[in-house]
Amino acid sequence: MLTFIRKRSLASLVSLVGLVVLVFFLSRLTGDPTDLYLPLDATDEMRARFREIYGLDDPLLVQFGRYVGDLLRLDFGDSIRKARPAIEVVLEAFVWTLQLALVTMALVTVAAIVVGSLAAFRVGGFFDRVSGILSLVAASAPDFWIAIVAIVVFAVGLGWLPTSGTGTPWHWVLPIAVLFIRPFGLIVQVVRGSMISALSSPYVKTARAKGLRPRKIIFVHALRNAMLPVITVIGDQAASLLNGAVVIETIFGFPGVGKLMIDSILQRDFTVVLASIMVTALAIFLMNLLIDLAYATLDPRIRH
Amino acid sequence: MSNAPAVTEGTALPAEPSAPRRFLRMLWADKFALAALLFLLLVVLMALLGPALLGDVAQKQNLRGRNAPPFEWARGWLWWMGADSLGRPLLARIIVAARNTVAIAAGAVLASALVGTTLGLVAGYASRRVGEAIMRLADVIMSFPSLLLAVIVLYVLGPSVTNVVLVLAITRIPVYLRTTRAEVLEIRERMFVSAARVMGASPRRIVLRHILPVVLPTLTTLATLDFAYVMLAESALSFLGIGIQPPDITWGLMIAQGKEHLTRAWWLSFWPGLAIILTTLSLNLLSNWMRIALDPTQRWRLEMRGRPDA
Repeated sequence: MLTFIRKRSLASLVSLVGLVVLVFFLSRLTGDPTDLYLPLDATDEMRARFREIYGLDDPLLVQFGRYVGDLLRLDFGDSIRKARPAIEVVLEAFVWTLQLALVTMALVTVAAIVVGSLAAFRVGGFFDRVSGILSLVAASAPDFWIAIVAIVVFAVGLGWLPTSGTGTPWHWVLPIAVLFIRPFGLIVQVVRGSMISALSSPYVKTARAKGLRPRKIIFVHALRNAMLPVITVIGDQAASLLNGAVVIETIFGFPGVGKLMIDSILQRDFTVVLASIMVTALAIFLMNLLIDLAYATLDPRIRH
Repeated sequence: MSNAPAVTEGTALPAEPSAPRRFLRMLWADKFALAALLFLLLVVLMALLGPALLGDVAQKQNLRGRNAPPFEWARGWLWWMGADSLGRPLLARIIVAARNTVAIAAGAVLASALVGTTLGLVAGYASRRVGEAIMRLADVIMSFPSLLLAVIVLYVLGPSVTNVVLVLAITRIPVYLRTTRAEVLEIRERMFVSAARVMGASPRRIVLRHILPVVLPTLTTLATLDFAYVMLAESALSFLGIGIQPPDITWGLMIAQGKEHLTRAWWLSFWPGLAIILTTLSLNLLSNWMRIALDPTQRWRLEMRGRPDA
């Protein structure tokens, strides 16, 4: 297990280093922050001074060397936009995204497992058909469109929920509901497929022959064996949520890492972009490790 | 030989139907997939003919018809979905925008499938070291923020349809790469590949003539599904303002433009969104059908369905 973790960490580290190098140099192609932060009529001295403060006047390679040096001392540099350490800005936003992702994925997992299992229990039955169509529609919908429609209906039309921002628990309802839809549709389909093959296995027939209640057969006997592919998809979906649901966070004015990312990219706040890439990469790495552990727990045959 | 034709009452085996007929029959057996295919054909038709027929109408501004509500028949059929903030009929705009929407998705899927599959075949069949190197490359591409890529391309290469295709194609390469490699790793150990190798076939021949045909059905299904994903991704980029730029137009951009007038004129964003949903839904349905129809061991499910003698 330890060798496995070590190997995995090494591979991830190699990719992360490659990623950071690539992002560092490519992001500079989008332009000089000086033009963006100083007024049009700023004098050349002011511009030079600005570049000097943020170390933008050195050659790119020198800047990169300094950045890596700082990074090794866990200094991620300062955000130009917020005039604060970049890592603070990123972690603040990441906590919001983490909460959003955790709540959403917990709800999705429970709901998708229940619906998918029930659909698989009677293939071709009424419940199966209805949930099949609904999950397909859910998986095909552009989430920002649903967000817009939801705002029109629930916030503007009915006035039940706030349109955007944070503050009360009610502010969480719409973002979570909208983010819920697509992963739910995908995972229901995976649960159903996986459950169908689990339910046709001999040990389930034995359980049925013994006269066990359907609920017990589904949720005790078959589910555990059907969970492996499901966990993989859950991991994929959780990873994309951890990366920040950019569009949804933008629409609902949610101060998560996705919104921070797009704002920083558009405003040339390179240190924040790099820091958020590293933070989310670490989070996703840890989550994948957890998923591998879950695999090994569920299926004792898997040994790393 | 298919085992589908039933041998009843000692009659002779009916002749094997030709491949197109077989697929048509399997399509008929799945009415959802049939409807999906018909809808997709309609979209393609819109994309091909729309700009030529309605290009002018879709651009002509009409300030008296600003945000005209839908279902008003007095103005003519082009106006039944209402009009946008400059008084341009929405139905015409949706039909015209189908071209860019479809072209971008098709271009991105084709390019990423081609590059991804090639790299995947190499990664699966070449030496371990080459394979590992390619996989790390895939990791980097996968974790590279697609928004940043879009902004970089937008600023460096300028806004254009081709550049959006480029961005989307790059981000989707790892999907095909990983799938192909995983399949190749399994297939290369099978008997028929060993046989070909023993008979002295070159690696190139083995990969292209023996392995690729086995991977192709999976890839076709995947590409259909990915078409839907790419469409959604393009609309998200355009929505954020870093994809297609006006006066070019796609369904995603139409949703974004309608967002400003949301509280007064919901139809501006609603119709293009519906067009996206129906198209992606059709692609999903078709991909589900293909998963069965292209798999020789599953095909009987469709071939037996709806037969009086089944």
